[in-house]
Amino acid sequence: MDVTSVQAVLDELGRLTAGRPVMQIMEVCGTHTVSLFRSGVKSMLPAGVRLLSGPGCPVCVTSQGYIDAACDLAGRQGVTVCTYGDMVRVPGRLGSLAERRGQGGHVVVVYSTRDALRYAAAHPAEQVVFLAVGFETTAPATAAAVLEARRLGLANFTVLTAHKLVVPAMLALLAEGQVPIRGFLCPGHVSVIIGAAAYEPIVRQFAKPCVVAGFEPPQMLQGILHIARQVAAGQACVENVYGVAVSARGNPAALKLLEEAFAISDAVWRAIGVIPASGLELRAELADFDAARRFDLDLSANDEAPGCLCGQVIQGKVTPADCPLFGQACTPMHAIGPCMVSSEGTCAAWYKYGEK
Amino acid sequence: MTGHSPIANRKSQIENRILLAHGGGGELTRQLLAERIVPKLSNALLAPLTDSALLDLPSGRICLTTDAYVVQPVEFPGGDIGRLAVCGTVNDLAVCGARPHALSLALVLEEGLELALLDRVIDSIAAAAKEAGVVVATGDTKVVERQRGDGLTITTAGVGPLREGVQLGMERVRAGDVILVTGRIAEHGLAVMSAREGLKFSTAIRSDVAPLVSLIESMLAAGGAGVKFLRDPTRGGLACVLADLAEGAKLAVEVEESAVPISAAVLHTAEMLGLDPLTIANEGKCVAVVASDAADAVLAACRSHPLGACAAIIGRLVESPVPLVELITRIGGRRIVQRPYGEELPRIC
Repeated sequence: MDVTSVQAVLDELGRLTAGRPVMQIMEVCGTHTVSLFRSGVKSMLPAGVRLLSGPGCPVCVTSQGYIDAACDLAGRQGVTVCTYGDMVRVPGRLGSLAERRGQGGHVVVVYSTRDALRYAAAHPAEQVVFLAVGFETTAPATAAAVLEARRLGLANFTVLTAHKLVVPAMLALLAEGQVPIRGFLCPGHVSVIIGAAAYEPIVRQFAKPCVVAGFEPPQMLQGILHIARQVAAGQACVENVYGVAVSARGNPAALKLLEEAFAISDAVWRAIGVIPASGLELRAELADFDAARRFDLDLSANDEAPGCLCGQVIQGKVTPADCPLFGQACTPMHAIGPCMVSSEGTCAAWYKYGEK
Repeated sequence: MTGHSPIANRKSQIENRILLAHGGGGELTRQLLAERIVPKLSNALLAPLTDSALLDLPSGRICLTTDAYVVQPVEFPGGDIGRLAVCGTVNDLAVCGARPHALSLALVLEEGLELALLDRVIDSIAAAAKEAGVVVATGDTKVVERQRGDGLTITTAGVGPLREGVQLGMERVRAGDVILVTGRIAEHGLAVMSAREGLKFSTAIRSDVAPLVSLIESMLAAGGAGVKFLRDPTRGGLACVLADLAEGAKLAVEVEESAVPISAAVLHTAEMLGLDPLTIANEGKCVAVVASDAADAVLAACRSHPLGACAAIIGRLVESPVPLVELITRIGGRRIVQRPYGEELPRIC
C-alpha cells in the first residue's frame, strides 16, 4: 500500500466515523498494540476512532501467583528456570527473575521450547522448568516439547503452564459489558493457529465485528477500515484481511498437538480472576511433566501491587494515562506492573512511544 | 594426536591453554608475550617493552579515551573481541575529531582459555590496528582463575591529537542542520545476539565492526566546518544518539524512517524478535550533524568511501519547545523515539 492508498483508507475512515460517537475498537493482541504505535498508525487515525488495548499480552495476563512460583523455583537449589525473554523482568512479590538471577538463581533465556529441551538433556543433574506462558501461538510448541520429553524419557524436564485462550477472554469482556467495544481487531499470530472461524461465537452472541489482520501497517489499517464499514452498515461478521497466513480453520497440525497434550481448563487471569474454560492444562497422562505438581507449587495468588491498574488496562477499562503510577512511580526502569515490563505491554508501549 | 598416549594427550591439552602461571610474571609470562603477542603487534613504540611507551605527539590538544570490552561469544560473524577493542576505541577518538595515534591494550585472560583463540584475537587486533593506522604502544596481561573471568576481556585506551581546525560539539548544532548516517544500522547488535543465542535464521547478518578513521577524515575534508557533530551509535543504537542530540542541542529531531539505511535481513530479524532496530548497537557507523549547505558534499564523500556506500541523510533538526525525537514512519505516521532503557529482550510471540 502506498502513501496515497493509506490516505484513501484514512479518508474513508474519517467519513465513516464523522459526526458519530467515538468508535472504540479493541486490538486484542500485544503485538498489534506495539505495531500500531511503532508504525505511526495510531497517530494517523481520525478522531472518531479510538483503539483500546485488550488482554493479549502474554506476560501481562499472567497471574501474580505464577510469577511468584517461577521466582521461587529459580531460587531453589538444583533448579534451572528456562523462559522466554519477556518474563525476566516482570516483578512479583518475591522480586523478578532478573533479580533472582542476580542473587545466583539459575534463569536461562530461551527462544524456543526446543532450546529448553536441549538444555535439559545436556544437564541431567538439574531440574529444568520451562515457563510455558502465552496464547495459542506458543502453546503448540509447549505441547511438542512435552510430548518429545516423554518420548525421550527426560526425567528432569517439566513445564509450568499458564497458557491461555484468546476467544474466551474476549467473550468474558463482552459478557461483563463494562467496556463499550464496537469491534475487534483480531490477532494475526493466534489466528494462524486457531483460524478465523474461531471468532464466530463473538459475532453470534454479541454481534461484534471481528476482523483478523496481520502486523504490517497497511494490514492493520485495512482491518480497522473493515470494522468501521461493518459498524457503519450495522453489520457484524468475521472477516479476514490476513488470508495469506490465516485460514478459516487454522493450522490442523498445531491444533492436533494442543489436543494431544492439553485439556481445556479454567484459568486465572491477572486481576480479572478466573475465566471458565479459558486456559490449557496438561492432560492427566502427562502429569509427570507438570512443574506445579512436581514442586508442589501454589499458583492461586492473584493480587496486584497497590495502586497498579494493569488489570484494568488489559481489559480496556482504563488507559495507562489513567493510572496514577504511570510514568511516575512506574516506568520501564522501575516497573510496578507487568504492562510496563513486557515489550508488548500497553503501558510500556504508551511510555516508549510518548503517548500521554 | 594419533599414537599419543593419554598422558601426552592430557599434556598437550594443558599446553594449548592459558594457565594461571601465564600471569605470574615469570618465564611463562615472558614466553607468552614474546612468542604470541609482541611479534604480532610489533612496532617501534612497543618493541622496547619498557614500563611506559614514549610518544611523539604534536603540541596542542590531545584526545584520550578508554573502553572495556566484554562480549559473548568472543568471536561472532563479522568480527571478534579483538577487532572490537581496536575499532571501538579508535572510533571514539575519530568522532571527536582526533587522529588516532596509539593504543594501550590490557588483556584479562581466564585460566583454561585456548591459546589458539588468543592467537586469533591477537591477529585480529594487529589487523584492525593496521587498518585504522594506529599502533599498540603499551600493554598488560593478567590471568584470572577459571570461572572468575569471561574467557577473555580487553581494555584499550587511545590517544590522538585533535585535527587542526576541527571543531565538533553539540553546542554548534542549529535548527536546519541535517542528520546523516554513514550506513546500514543495527548489524553489530543483531549479529552478536544471533551468535550468542544460536538463531539459525539470521546467520546472514554480520557485525559492521570497522575503524572509521579514514571515512571520517574524508567527511571532514569534504564538509569542513559544516561538519558540526559526530558520534558512533554503539550501545543504545541510533535512538540513543538522536535522543542525546535533541536533549543536548535543545532542538527537536525529525527523522524519516524510510530514509534510514537498513538491510532487509536486519529489518525482518529485528521484527521477529520484537526489537526496534533504532535501539540496536552499531560498531562501524557514524551519525553526523552537518550544516545543510555542506550536506551534499559530505554525503558524496561518504558514498565514495567503502565504509560509507549506503550513507544517507535521515533527518533534520527543527526549532521546538519540546526537544524530542520524532520519527515519520514509512506510511506517514509519527511516533516519538526514546532512549532505550536497558537490556532489550526478545519477545514471546
